Amino acid sequence: MKTRFLIAALALLAGIPALTIGVTSGVVAADKHVVMADATGTVGGIKVPSTNHPITADVPAEATHREITDDQKRVRNYADQPPLIPHAIRDYQIDLNINKCLTCHDRRNTAGSQAPMLSVTHFQDRDGQTLGTVAARRYFCTQCHVPQTDAQPIVPNSFQDFDSVLGHAQGGQK
Amino acid sequence: MKIRDAVLCLWRLFARPSVHFSLGFLTLGGFIAGVVFWGGFNTALEATNKEAFCISCHEMRDNPYEELKQTIHFTNRSGVRASCPDCHVPHQWTDKIARKMQASKEVWGKIFGTIDTREKFLDKRRELAEHEWARLKSNNSLECRNCHSADSMDITKQNPRAAKMHETYLFTGQNTCIDCHKGIAHHLPDMQGIEPGWSMKTSQK
Repeated sequence: MKTRFLIAALALLAGIPALTIGVTSGVVAADKHVVMADATGTVGGIKVPSTNHPITADVPAEATHREITDDQKRVRNYADQPPLIPHAIRDYQIDLNINKCLTCHDRRNTAGSQAPMLSVTHFQDRDGQTLGTVAARRYFCTQCHVPQTDAQPIVPNSFQDFDSVLGHAQGGQK
Repeated sequence: MKIRDAVLCLWRLFARPSVHFSLGFLTLGGFIAGVVFWGGFNTALEATNKEAFCISCHEMRDNPYEELKQTIHFTNRSGVRASCPDCHVPHQWTDKIARKMQASKEVWGKIFGTIDTREKFLDKRRELAEHEWARLKSNNSLECRNCHSADSMDITKQNPRAAKMHETYLFTGQNTCIDCHKGIAHHLPDMQGIEPGWSMKTSQK
């Protein structure tokens, strides 16, 4: 009977450090939790760190870029590049009812408008059949043709012109 | 016979000299009543000549007004805005009254729901647009010219393309604004068979 009490007392003694560490570590953990709570914020119901995080940083919007509408044709960077639109196209309607671009660039209207006619590649449907007028798949001009703006490239670009790669940038003779 | 008697009775009352009221009361009263009537009439007329009045009907608010909001006549760099009556009602009084009388047809349309759904509006859009084109063509684009006059246009400030077009068609009087500038403030209807102003004239040459 006596030995049982002794063992129990010893076990309790042995447990004291563990108990104290447990309690103190619990307090530390609670402290840490408080610190964590300081460093988080909620964005749309999701907890995110509020300090020095790109998601929560308040970055002012970049200025919008101005369209270049000087009517000057710009050189194409490669032969297949869709030419840029050198004029304003605000409110140009391109839908089932009318294609505003074609009121000048269509074959029938170029005499009056003196605009360049859209090329015959636009008359071909996907089977290569040349139609009498612009093919349905080429009807939506702004899918390929965009106005030029004065925006600078966001990332560096090492694009080289075909001619400069071949080493005869000056009119093919070098 | 009864109606005839009633009309005759009224006429006698109207034609007989006044018994109870003095000439001064009648003249002055008539004058004041006239001022009140005229003022009220013009105030009511002006009230119908506001954007708020136009878009108080859902037909106008949900269709043409929504489209106008996208365009340069609604929002632009200089902050000048053209609202409905600026383009659709003449500014001169007599022309304005004439247009307002025409507009009684629009009241009829409102009452009987001629364009009270989007579908009905789209179906009728070509006809409505043609009315406006015809009106602007016949008055030489008067409402455009209230702000954009050919005299004050400095074509050296325009793109060469625009300058050439205006020299060829506008300054020669060959075309008027609406011939080329259709659908600038609202979406266009199905334009089948309607040639742009520049192609029409060149094909006639």
